[in-house]
Amino acid sequence: MKKEENRKLTVQELPVGDIVEAGTAVNFLTGSWRSQRLVWDKDKCIHCLTCWISCPDNSIKIAPDEKKTAVVTGIDYDHCKGCGICASECPVKIGAITMEQEKK
Amino acid sequence: MIKAVYSKGKLVAKTGNEVMAEAMRQIEPDVVAAYPITPATEIVQIFSQFVADGIVKSKYVAVESEHSAMSATIAACAAGARAMTGTSSQGLCLMWEMLYIASGLRLPIVMAEVNRAISAPINIHGDQSDTMGARDSGWIQIYSENSQEAYDNMIQAVKIAEKAKLPTMVTTDGFIISHCMEVVELYPDQDVKEFVGEYKPERYLLDTKKPYTLGSVDLQDYYFEHRYQLAQAMRDAKNIILDVAKDFEHSFGRKYDLYEKYQLEDAEIVVVVIGSAAGTAKVVVDELRAKDVKAGILKIRVFRPFPVEQIVKDLAHVKAIAVMDRADSCSGAYAPLYSDIISSLYSAGIVTPKVENYVYGLGGREINIEHIMQIYDNLRKIASGLQKPSSQVEYVNVRKK
Amino acid sequence: MANLKELSKNQERLTGGHRLCAGCGAGIVARQAMIAAGNTPVVVTSATGCLEVSTTIFPYTSWETAFFHSAFENSAATCSGIETAYRSLKEQGKITEDIRFIAFGGDGGTYDIGLQSLSGAMERGHRMLYICYNNEAYMNTGIQRSGATPKGAHTTTAPAGKVHPGGKEQNKKDLTEIMIAHNIPYVAQSYVGNWNDFVTKVQKALAVDGPSFINILTPCRLGWNYKPEDTMILARLAVETCIWPSFEVENGVYKINVMPKEKKPITEFLKLQGRFKHLFKPENAHILESIQSDVDFKWERLQRRASES
Repeated sequence: MKKEENRKLTVQELPVGDIVEAGTAVNFLTGSWRSQRLVWDKDKCIHCLTCWISCPDNSIKIAPDEKKTAVVTGIDYDHCKGCGICASECPVKIGAITMEQEKK
Repeated sequence: MIKAVYSKGKLVAKTGNEVMAEAMRQIEPDVVAAYPITPATEIVQIFSQFVADGIVKSKYVAVESEHSAMSATIAACAAGARAMTGTSSQGLCLMWEMLYIASGLRLPIVMAEVNRAISAPINIHGDQSDTMGARDSGWIQIYSENSQEAYDNMIQAVKIAEKAKLPTMVTTDGFIISHCMEVVELYPDQDVKEFVGEYKPERYLLDTKKPYTLGSVDLQDYYFEHRYQLAQAMRDAKNIILDVAKDFEHSFGRKYDLYEKYQLEDAEIVVVVIGSAAGTAKVVVDELRAKDVKAGILKIRVFRPFPVEQIVKDLAHVKAIAVMDRADSCSGAYAPLYSDIISSLYSAGIVTPKVENYVYGLGGREINIEHIMQIYDNLRKIASGLQKPSSQVEYVNVRKK
Repeated sequence: MANLKELSKNQERLTGGHRLCAGCGAGIVARQAMIAAGNTPVVVTSATGCLEVSTTIFPYTSWETAFFHSAFENSAATCSGIETAYRSLKEQGKITEDIRFIAFGGDGGTYDIGLQSLSGAMERGHRMLYICYNNEAYMNTGIQRSGATPKGAHTTTAPAGKVHPGGKEQNKKDLTEIMIAHNIPYVAQSYVGNWNDFVTKVQKALAVDGPSFINILTPCRLGWNYKPEDTMILARLAVETCIWPSFEVENGVYKINVMPKEKKPITEFLKLQGRFKHLFKPENAHILESIQSDVDFKWERLQRRASES
């Protein structure tokens, strides 16, 4: 984050009454919490989206493909906390997500 | 006796509760959420009939507790509605947590509050312990001497709250005002509606185009700034209240200030009082003035924000002051109004007036002309040096040895 | 029956960057509920608790929709106030669009301190969905016993000790049945670990013209003391052991939504959690037996109610 963004607002700058604009938590990065790093195998993935719906941290990136069907496109490592739910929910026969030790 | 001052006004005989309900009918808030409690029940009871009869467009939420009454009112206000409620005593106590949240979130709620004693022992009669306890909750507090003031204060409160972005309670003394029939001048509906105008919040939860979070967690890095904003808003509210009073006088002819000065200008002995007892004190002052005694009254209308700067100018010349509190703080020190008067004077470097503290009228205990006359007699002795002011709280009309 | 490809077209209204623990069930509940709500504008209220605290630390919020919190015990009263404001403003023509209302509360804020507010709001018939993310204790303050804590669980205020070896000695209260007794149009029990079950229920509840209530079992890795990746697995075991059946009551009609292929012994569910570890000491075998017999009784009763409906 840039220094300016980190600057705390003064009494005069703060909105009145504790208002926070929607969705600003995307600017708060929780990726550093990880001790386990998920590894997504694009080739094994069948894009069933089970990992996407199961993620508590909205960290499975999806986007429509050319047929306008949603597919997994990657992992949001800025927010993923490495809980491993995606790996445990990924269908056993597929095994497209594995967890490994996070490198510091 | 109230006289008509507005060309289109109408004199009617109504109780304090009835006129508060009338004011609410004319204001026609979008949402009212309330719970019954003596002696305030009538206000929302009458109002629910207006809703049932389609006289107002308002929605009424008959909640299951005062905590929910204040919660729902807060939520409705945050959602973008003009929202009101009414309560008293234990009801206000149950709202306690939410009172601070209403002000902390800067929501312009208006509450009709009927002052009643607090349990235990349970007592349904009038004293100001309930709202005095809420004096640090960040609510503007406007007290009324009679039904006319209650009505006028309710109408002004809507504008004050919305301009100051602070919740505002208008109070009457339980039973003494709430249930007594008095002559009141009511203004036409349309004129009241024009005066209060339409509520147009800058941000509101039902505005789906600009979603936001309200009521987030402030940690050490932001809480203090938000609370500072609140404290500053309360300081700034004094001018807002005065501006609204000016508008009100312009519209309806009745003059209001942060407090009322009654024979105060040249007064040597003064009673400072809040609410209906001011009416009794005025009778006493008239009698004393007829005997050339320079007695006066400073009647607090706006207790929060407290008119520190203004008050000291009007009390600086006085020789002896009796501060009458219809609430005790049980602090081992003094009652609420006294503490604020003393700190106002002292902080302005004014130490000449001798000031006594009288606690009176708890649980609806009678306060009559004789009691107040006795207080002025004491003040006369103190002013002339015949008697030293009491250094502790004096209790009026309580049986003790 | 929901479909993930279709659901993926809905708005994401809970962003990452919240401070819930890794693997927290509450984050899954909130996110799936918002996805289930589709693209209809929603105003969310929440009781004080993990979900509220972790998602709205100033100046950050994870909510992409209007979100309001004021206190612990009043999520339902709060939601009812907003819903009333909506009806008022809509009738006056000041609002034209359809908006839905969801109140969240943990089990502390729902079973205990917020029960009165919830009961009042449901009785008054506000069109709102109340979702209790039930992790069976006061997790935000550090795993204290609540009315939802099951018998035998160790919590910090009903710990297992020498004199009280079994942890909590009382059964949890049956809040779902209390809500059913309010005769509201839709009441359901669901669980984290079956997105389809939960999403379908949220959609049903939001379609109801009146109050609705969903009690969703939401494992807490800290309070239940298990490996974070097991959140879903544990909740599914709760259903498979019939300790937490998935069922719904629509206009008074009971329906079991997930029928376990084979009813597993409760120990399958309990043994994976640190909060029940002490129950596996030989001297506590009778506690396990009593939990099992209670589960058997209630499961039989639920099946009867469903078949009689």
